[in-house]
Amino acid sequence: MSGAEVPRRAGLPLRMLAVGLAGLGGAVAVSFLTLNPTSALLLSALFGAGLLYFLLSRFMGWSDRWMVIAVPLLWLGIFFLVPFFVLGRISLSETMIARPPYSPLWETDAQGNVEIIASLQNYWFILGDALYRNAYLSSIKIAAISTVFALLLGYPIAYFIARSPEPRRSFLLLLVVLPFWTSFLLRVYAWIGFLRRDGVINNTLIWLGVIDEPLVMMQTDFAVYIGIVYTYLPFMILPLYANLVKLDGALLEAASDLGATPMVTFFTVTLPLSLPGVIAGSMLVFIPAIGEYVIPALLGGPDTLMIGRTLWDEFFSARDWPVASAVAIIMLILVVIPMMWLQAVQNRQEEGQ
Amino acid sequence: MRRGWFLPIVATFGFCFLYAPIVSLVIFSFNESRLVTVWGGFSTRWYGELLADGQMLAAAWISLKVGVLAASIATVIGTLAAFVLTRFGKFRGKLLLTGMVTAPLVMPEVIIGLSLLLLFVAMELVLGWPAGRGLTTVVIAHATFTSAYVAVIAQSRLRDMDESLEEAARDLGAGPVRVFFDITLPVIAPALVSGWLLAFTLSLDDLVIASFVSGPGASTLPMVIFSKVRLGVSPDVNALATIIIVIVAVAVTIAGLLLMRQSKKTG
Repeated sequence: MSGAEVPRRAGLPLRMLAVGLAGLGGAVAVSFLTLNPTSALLLSALFGAGLLYFLLSRFMGWSDRWMVIAVPLLWLGIFFLVPFFVLGRISLSETMIARPPYSPLWETDAQGNVEIIASLQNYWFILGDALYRNAYLSSIKIAAISTVFALLLGYPIAYFIARSPEPRRSFLLLLVVLPFWTSFLLRVYAWIGFLRRDGVINNTLIWLGVIDEPLVMMQTDFAVYIGIVYTYLPFMILPLYANLVKLDGALLEAASDLGATPMVTFFTVTLPLSLPGVIAGSMLVFIPAIGEYVIPALLGGPDTLMIGRTLWDEFFSARDWPVASAVAIIMLILVVIPMMWLQAVQNRQEEGQ
Repeated sequence: MRRGWFLPIVATFGFCFLYAPIVSLVIFSFNESRLVTVWGGFSTRWYGELLADGQMLAAAWISLKVGVLAASIATVIGTLAAFVLTRFGKFRGKLLLTGMVTAPLVMPEVIIGLSLLLLFVAMELVLGWPAGRGLTTVVIAHATFTSAYVAVIAQSRLRDMDESLEEAARDLGAGPVRVFFDITLPVIAPALVSGWLLAFTLSLDDLVIASFVSGPGASTLPMVIFSKVRLGVSPDVNALATIIIVIVAVAVTIAGLLLMRQSKKTG
């Protein structure tokens, strides 16, 4: 490893400089969002120059290494991490008829007194409003039920693929991944043609004589479950497959030699061993499903409450940016916990390898 | 095995579940009737109507431009991130970078879209750039979230790769830059091709993030499709879906062949 052997030269003054710069960065972030453009620009330039100086002096000996690290770190930092701080800042404002449509966090009057206007009122509003509470709860419910169905369907498929002989195994795996490469929006759209009153399923069942009256499937929660299971199934199958394919067949033989039925073997050997795959797959379905917008918008009914849809309407129809931001921040808090769990499971997997 | 019949049946059902809607999309794109679900005879009229739809074509062109630009930026950033994470040992900010290349994979799109839009608005207010929303902002947004996918693919390839090749080159006196371009890059190139393709399709496919960060005059294809589909099924969307499916099938086949040849070469 080229980099790991390079000794670190961490002097105390440089550390202080780093802390100072971090503070300055925070100041920039705040000014960015509240003060007037000129002072913010000045602070940004200062921060940029300071950062450049810091990078060059601190990492002189291996500056090329840091140049490489800096590119993805800065890009993702600016366009993925910083937006969350902006989101947090705007969630503390009030909505205003202005450009942009939210209030500043503080105001300075003629005497130079600073008055802080930032408040948590949007959060109280959301948490106190039954509509928003129900939207959160119903999102979690819909995502959880869909995850269970995806697991029930995905586990046997993953197991089947993992136990298949080689050329067939790669082919089946490709079949699982392939739909993921075609348009997600169009695949959800395809289900409209299936679930409608005069859709493929109803037409087939009536033709077969199973039912007389068409079933109502579109614009129900059921259609949303189908949509989520359908679009996220590959995310469930792949981690399960990756786990099950490593399962040692000798363990299963040992269990059956000791008199265990296949059922007992499955629940005492296979399932516990595949638990990391189950958790990873479930989280990969559950987390994005919570914030899903397209599926409930196309397949769900007007009473299908999901928080992603609520946020969308709050932003695009009500044009209330601060409330939409607060909705997003609460959603973020909801998904961070399962995300960290997923990360922990994946880290353990990697260490095991 | 007593379980012998259970698995194949569920698996067959699962694959039918995955493919039936796609197959029906294709079949009904050749339907004469306007009713998408009732067969009225073979026809290619919806393809004709699709090609005559100026709004749809303009949106498709925008989506292609966005896709190519975003996928290219994402491939550079994703590859660098993967390289740094697998080859640089420990460094400050490693945990942060790991988090930032994993989180976009599962982060709900509405959150990414809204937060990025608010960033762009704040940046315009303070820096005067980007002036308004449009192609640039969509490209930046797509490059950001798809780079995480590229990073995942590149990372797994870099981990599997035989590091002694790089060590040998270093022992022979090649500098780190030379090693990267002469050894590492050619070895992981097929993974980068599939990473680029994945980023491209994800960008081409994205509705939610684009809806937030796009501006007037920069409606992407999914945005136009969504506004059409919301009003009900329309057969020309089926025709479009069929074209996309054919393109994807061809692209995936090429990528698959590339990967297969590569794995044969390296064993």
